[in-house]
Amino acid sequence: MTADMLIFFIFVLSIFLGFELISKVPSMLHTPLMSGTNAIHGIILLGGMLVLASAEGFIQHVAGFIAVVLGSANVFGGFMVTDRMLQMFKRKK
Amino acid sequence: MNMITALIFLIASVLFIVGIKLLASPKTARQGNLVAGLGMVIALLAVLPLMQGPHGTGVSLWKWFLIFAGIVIGLIVGAAGAYRVKMTSMPQMVALFNGAGGGAAALVAAIEFAHVTQTASTMFVVSMLSAAMIGAVSLSGSIIAFYKLEGHFDKPVTYPAQQVLNGVLFVLSVLLAIAMVAGSHSMVLMVLFLVLALALGVLMVLPIGGADMPVVISLLNSFTGLAVAADGFAINNIAMVIAGTLVGSSGTLLTLAMCKAMNRPVTNVLFSAFGKVNGASADAVAATGSVRPVQADEAAMLLSVASRVVIVPGYGLAVAQAQHQVRQLADELAQHGVEVSYAIHPVAGRMPGHMNVLLAEADVPYDQLIEMDEINPEMDRVDVCLIIGANDVVNPAAREDKSSPIYGMPIIEAEKAGTVIVMKRSMGKGFAGIENALFLRDNCRMLFGDAKASLQELVTLVKAG
Repeated sequence: MTADMLIFFIFVLSIFLGFELISKVPSMLHTPLMSGTNAIHGIILLGGMLVLASAEGFIQHVAGFIAVVLGSANVFGGFMVTDRMLQMFKRKK
Repeated sequence: MNMITALIFLIASVLFIVGIKLLASPKTARQGNLVAGLGMVIALLAVLPLMQGPHGTGVSLWKWFLIFAGIVIGLIVGAAGAYRVKMTSMPQMVALFNGAGGGAAALVAAIEFAHVTQTASTMFVVSMLSAAMIGAVSLSGSIIAFYKLEGHFDKPVTYPAQQVLNGVLFVLSVLLAIAMVAGSHSMVLMVLFLVLALALGVLMVLPIGGADMPVVISLLNSFTGLAVAADGFAINNIAMVIAGTLVGSSGTLLTLAMCKAMNRPVTNVLFSAFGKVNGASADAVAATGSVRPVQADEAAMLLSVASRVVIVPGYGLAVAQAQHQVRQLADELAQHGVEVSYAIHPVAGRMPGHMNVLLAEADVPYDQLIEMDEINPEMDRVDVCLIIGANDVVNPAAREDKSSPIYGMPIIEAEKAGTVIVMKRSMGKGFAGIENALFLRDNCRMLFGDAKASLQELVTLVKAG
């Protein structure tokens, strides 16, 4: 099996895993969950860093730099805003 | 990728999975977010040794500086957004962060495309193009969703042949993609492709009503996840594939769950402008009866002599930022021996869970919040139902009027309470833009005015009485 095929296997299995993970979620957690998963796709920052490192020429540098800024905002802002939302659920009696 | 990096990516992936799992339960949600965040930090550190300059050279100092500066700028912007945004605007903020992720995914794909060689495998190019397209759609769609939630478009934007135009744009994008996969690795085509995708994102979201934006944001969130996964394929980064796919699939399920809470199929949300149905049914909803205004002193009396009061909060409460006043009123009423609870509709406010978050901010005890399905059977034993800035979620048309656009949506059956007091700024319509027959019922009293000021007045009156 080639490496590409292996990644494809992982892709398909991850789809099913994602479905299983949140099969039962109370509606009050819909938004925090959306926000939390939003932060997780901020892993695109890794992609931004990798392509900026290998960028050639002015345009690629600019595009890569913007990608890093956007990815960083996604990941850090995402986790922080989710934490702020969930902080408000803290007090239970 | 060496063994250690691979293992660290594996640990990060496990942390993401555990994080999402914990996020899905109220007790552990906050830890879940932190666990996922820890996974992200680990993944970010693990990628550092993988970084390479052009053609396998080392990364220059200038590049390191650029990367570091970019991360810091993003961190500052993200933190400022996350901590300075008002409670009521959090969904918009999520939309913007999601758009940022989508934009980053599209740019990464575009840059990678510039490095494509004629020997690149088809799967490699296809995944890159998917990432570029989905990411760009997510970027522009999220920005429109942001503006809609900010209230910049009052009505869904509709025009003739909307679906046809979207279809044509989509076919054009696919044709461009085929050309690029076939071997035309021109950046001009790529830029054109991105522009088409951006336009598609705008046109997809424009016709959808503001009330459905949380669903749209959730859908675009899962789009971005898929774009990130596709980028992961293209640059051969397994952590991105796993994290992106998890978000894509869990986000899809979440989108469906949100639609279910509104009792509408997802296709209905995406492809039928809410406003269109509305015009046709306006006559049918024309209810009879008259509005009965009430003054604060009478309302205060009704409340303080009741034995059971249910408060139905809505978006108006969030706008007025009157959650602390609600808490005070509930406390005062409890002093008078009134049993107070809050009825929470799953889609009250602008995001599911909005009311829980809002009331939690005012330290309202958790066990006083009752979900719609639990409160409805008890509603006819409630003396006073106090509706604060909620409208569509208590509209009896959802149960009684088949021609109503919200027909079939589960509602809080406020009309069954002995007396209904509705606090509202004016007779304006709710988010769905339809009349509310509840306001014309015999047992309904309208207390007009700003929710915060009215509540303050009620608190004073109940205290004095």
